[in-house]
Amino acid sequence: MLNISTFNRLVIWCLVLAGLLFALPNAFYSRVEQHNDALVAIEKQGATPEREADAAAWPGFLPSSLVNLGLDLRGGAHLLARVRVEEVYADRMKAMWPEIRDALAADRTTIGTIRRQNGPDDEVRVRIGNPDQMQRALELVRALARPVVSLSYPGATDIEVAANGDVLTVTLSQAEREATDARTVQQALEIIRRRVDEVGTREPTIQKQGVDRIIIQVPGIGSAQELKDLIGTTAKLTFQPVVSRQSSPDATGAQGRVEVLPSADPREEGIYYVLEETPVVSGEELMDAQPDFDQNGRPAVNFRFNGPGARKFGDYTAENVGSLFAIVLDEEVISAPEIITHISGGSGIITGNFTVAESNDLAVLLRAGALPAGLDFLQERTIGPELGADSIRAGTIACIVAFAAVLVFMVLSYGLFGVFANIALLINVGLIFGLLSLIGATLTLPGIAGIVLTIGMAVDANVLVFERIREELKTAKGPARAISLGYERALSAIIDANITTFITALILFLLGSGPVRGFSVTLGLGIMTSVFTAIYVTRLLIVIWFERAKPKTVEV
Amino acid sequence: MRLRLVPENTNINFFRARWLTFGASMVLMVLSLLAWATLGLNYGIDFRGGTSVRTESAQPVDVAAYRAALDPLELGDVAITEVFDPTFEATKHVAMIRIQAQDGEESAGSDMLENVEAALKGVDDTVVFTSVDSVGPEVSGELVKSAIYAVLAALGAIMVYIWLRFEWQFSLGAVVALFHDVLLTIGLFAVLQIRFDLATIAALLTIVGYSINDTVVIFDRVRENLIKFKQTPLIDVMNLSVNETLARTVMTSGTTLIALIALLVLGGDVIRGFVFAITWGVVVGTYSSVYVAKNVVLMLGTKRDWSKPSDGPAGTQFSTDA
Repeated sequence: MLNISTFNRLVIWCLVLAGLLFALPNAFYSRVEQHNDALVAIEKQGATPEREADAAAWPGFLPSSLVNLGLDLRGGAHLLARVRVEEVYADRMKAMWPEIRDALAADRTTIGTIRRQNGPDDEVRVRIGNPDQMQRALELVRALARPVVSLSYPGATDIEVAANGDVLTVTLSQAEREATDARTVQQALEIIRRRVDEVGTREPTIQKQGVDRIIIQVPGIGSAQELKDLIGTTAKLTFQPVVSRQSSPDATGAQGRVEVLPSADPREEGIYYVLEETPVVSGEELMDAQPDFDQNGRPAVNFRFNGPGARKFGDYTAENVGSLFAIVLDEEVISAPEIITHISGGSGIITGNFTVAESNDLAVLLRAGALPAGLDFLQERTIGPELGADSIRAGTIACIVAFAAVLVFMVLSYGLFGVFANIALLINVGLIFGLLSLIGATLTLPGIAGIVLTIGMAVDANVLVFERIREELKTAKGPARAISLGYERALSAIIDANITTFITALILFLLGSGPVRGFSVTLGLGIMTSVFTAIYVTRLLIVIWFERAKPKTVEV
Repeated sequence: MRLRLVPENTNINFFRARWLTFGASMVLMVLSLLAWATLGLNYGIDFRGGTSVRTESAQPVDVAAYRAALDPLELGDVAITEVFDPTFEATKHVAMIRIQAQDGEESAGSDMLENVEAALKGVDDTVVFTSVDSVGPEVSGELVKSAIYAVLAALGAIMVYIWLRFEWQFSLGAVVALFHDVLLTIGLFAVLQIRFDLATIAALLTIVGYSINDTVVIFDRVRENLIKFKQTPLIDVMNLSVNETLARTVMTSGTTLIALIALLVLGGDVIRGFVFAITWGVVVGTYSSVYVAKNVVLMLGTKRDWSKPSDGPAGTQFSTDA
């Protein structure tokens, strides 16, 4: 028991070293943060001497991941929003009505007159002239249904058609509703992400929660209201005629009302477009955009305008075959395809040098022009940066005092063994920070409380062992045997006690949110590291000391 | 020279007053329930919805003036409390304002906040809002539900684990002790009217975790001693086990309390309620491990022949006949 093989010793030291190495950047928080920011900036906007200097402030061969500071420590805003997914159903049905009308009108001779009835926004009700021909009407409308790819509803189509007397009712099917919901939330998420990224704050968190909710956390923003204003504004999408293409941002030489906008395409670095200021069509008139393929099988994006948009777009393309046409999103030219033919009917296709993934992204961006549905804000939180700084200060002081007090208490109680336990405790806190950095966890104020609590509880495993060794010393033959028995017999209590505590940490993690979850993470990691340090590190220290000193008696 | 909080060999009869202590625990549990039912808990906005604003000002907080300024806004139930903390500088005056959820609004309307800020600036122009927290009724309902689930799930999971590792009597004893700890904490929060929010639930779960830790360590020793002393009456085995683990119990509670008290005094007012709950829980949890959990096992009795079901070393025994 007192022999630990060289291999095991190496493994223990390596784990400790690795943990401490990962914890190291947190000791130089602002310097490493500067280094990381500089690296990102260099990658995005190119190197400047200043950025190079910032980047060099932390050696590149050392780990540079940091523990994220939660909103309550850094200040910022948190929003929980619900996407009003139902709004989209109404839009869908509105768009579907002309289609239904045309299908039924084509067979007016059998069905009779058709008239749309008032009803809820998310259904279309049609009264038909000859109720005895309802079967035929149902057939006609059902022919409009498109299959939906859905795991939970195999073979489902997007609409459900039902008859009630002389009234035919069309609604979206459950499968289609769920698919629509998922798409709506995904789109909203994408738009919000774009909006938030635009302000360029560090590490915003934008996540889907549940079916129709989105959590948005932005550190460093002034207030939740600012954040709401930011994501509430819609993306501005326009289609503008291209006057010329050039490599300088100057508008000299151009005539009429023009503007010069940069290209958003990374392959067109430094290219600028001179555009007519008045757009032909704007994003409000775009109804949908989907990734597609052109007639040659190359990835493309197809799009569709609503009625007025389609008319304007059709007229313009008829008159300007062969010229360039810019798709502008938020003052950047996403793409400037050539008009190949007159585009009537309000739908068209954007071809370009796309990969499949790119066409997909572009479709998302085009759809992402405007939020697909309104947002309700269910929860919001603003934390001022001063309050966060105060919390960090108070938390740090409390941590240090708690730490010092526990260290003193341990030495007073256990002497040399207390010193060993203290070294293990220091390593333990290092390991917690190392693990937190490694998994990119967020440290919150309750998280700091979790660390303090861990400091108090981490000694428990050591105390269990030391008390056991004391007991064994009374009966066992010789100190080596007592130490070895102490570890052996305390093990079951250590494991049972920590597994039960770990269960509660796990449940907190699964059911908690935000700060509470931060607490459960530090508590759970603290349990793991404290068991590791107590069983392996303290024991190794004791064994090394024992081998060197070869004491005849030990006092614990 | 070592610091010994507990003498080397103790032989305290912990169960001499077992009926008295157990009875006192039961009475306290009933009183806590009564306090909860009659006084009610001071629920935070996590659970009842509404908006909570933390203000900071260079001038002393005048609660009456704040209230007078906010009255004309007709915001319904508004609670204003001044916050004191030893870590504040002399020029820092903090207040918490809680405003009930407004009709027809999920979270705080921006107008409402602007009005509140304008009204308070009229009283004291140095007022700033250092944090604003707003929870809609929809979310608060869910939070209550998931909080209750969390506590019940933790109790259930622990019950199953102890049952697997020990015997059903131990499992029941442990869970009764945990109920005791949770109820007494809720009772204290009701009596002192400390704000009860999501963080308090996290604290309750932490208490559960800590208390079970303590209980299990003593159970572990009881199991070991039951194997060693097959003929000794249960009550004596229990007493011996508690005495043997007493030094550890006191040491661990001691270090944990030292750390928690540092946090309680120096950690700032934002998490004071949370830390207070945990500190109280450590004290109650340590007590209940001995006086509630053991008492329950003592009352129920337990099987005495632990060597039968498996021959493995103590600590890996899984009961099969429970």
